[in-house]
Amino acid sequence: MELIQRIQPLHLDVLKEAGNIGAGNAATALSSLLNKTIDMKVPAVRVVSFQEVQALAGGAETLVVAAFLRITGEAPGSMFLILQKSEAEHLAAALTGQRVDIGNDDLEEMAVSALQETSNILAGSYLSALSDFTSINMQPSVPALAIDMAGALLDAGFVEMSQVGDYAIVIDTVMEEPEKTGESASIGQFFLLPDPDAFRQIFRALGVNMP
Amino acid sequence: MTVTEKQIIKVGMADWKAVSAPDAIRTSGLGSCVGIVIYDDKRHTAALAHIMLPDSKMARNKALNRAKFADTAIADVLLALKAKGCSAFQLKAKMAGGAQMFSFSSGSDMMRIGPRNAEAVKHILKENNIPLLAEDTGGNKGRTITFYPETTSLHIRTIHQGETVI
Repeated sequence: MELIQRIQPLHLDVLKEAGNIGAGNAATALSSLLNKTIDMKVPAVRVVSFQEVQALAGGAETLVVAAFLRITGEAPGSMFLILQKSEAEHLAAALTGQRVDIGNDDLEEMAVSALQETSNILAGSYLSALSDFTSINMQPSVPALAIDMAGALLDAGFVEMSQVGDYAIVIDTVMEEPEKTGESASIGQFFLLPDPDAFRQIFRALGVNMP
Repeated sequence: MTVTEKQIIKVGMADWKAVSAPDAIRTSGLGSCVGIVIYDDKRHTAALAHIMLPDSKMARNKALNRAKFADTAIADVLLALKAKGCSAFQLKAKMAGGAQMFSFSSGSDMMRIGPRNAEAVKHILKENNIPLLAEDTGGNKGRTITFYPETTSLHIRTIHQGETVI
């Protein structure tokens, strides 16, 4: 039976719960980095087509800043930190104290390095919480950062799942400043895309059977 | 009198479509994926496939989506063009994509999927004696491509380097 047919709503709930544990830890890390309260939560775990993952990130052609890393260990997968242009500018300014114009090719090296380091800290705290919770060993690679079309950047995360089907299981994490409202409250999002072979490990560790 | 509007037909990931002039055909946000256009310049008919992986042998499920892999997608495209009356010896190709969007110090095979996609497409075109007249592959940039069967020009839009035509 194909993976997608074996994944039940219960499994998605379990993944959401696990994602929220990672998100909570990452939020604490980011809050102390920026010295203000940041909320991170997993609104839903989605089983979506590759096209829909692009839509979640703002659309295939939308300019985004993305940090990508691979997770190795017992539950391999891919992780993206996706920042829309304004979110990246905002975050880079908060980190470096300088205004940056993203999409301008002489993007400050300092801003890139600050965003890369931040994604490293966020992914690290997210995964270490997830790893503690599941007792699964997960090692993140150092993230690589790129500024380009969302669709093009996400391709890198689809290589494994596309070998078993036409969908991805996305643990989508939103980051917000609770003191703000509307669009400006959003500071970015995280996608965790487990590899097809990771699911059995994750569910077994959390005591859920998968047919 | 009715005026026929030019339409731009959109092709999603792991899909292909065929089109005839004056319509054009487009696929967006190619990263490691490859957009391969095979066309008949006498009939002004073209097909565009947005492939994700180089070889259908990589598929781990039986009910595979043939449009996702270079080998099966091109085989199906050639059949469809033939069914539209295109002759095999008239067919030509242009392609773009196959980038490596992120650079990692550890060059794993998975990260090389873009170049592998481009190599696979070239190999299959050669096997079918279809000349590859132009390509813009590799590098680390995302591409949106639009092909106009009327002029056989392939427009490539990128974020950092604007638009080029091949």
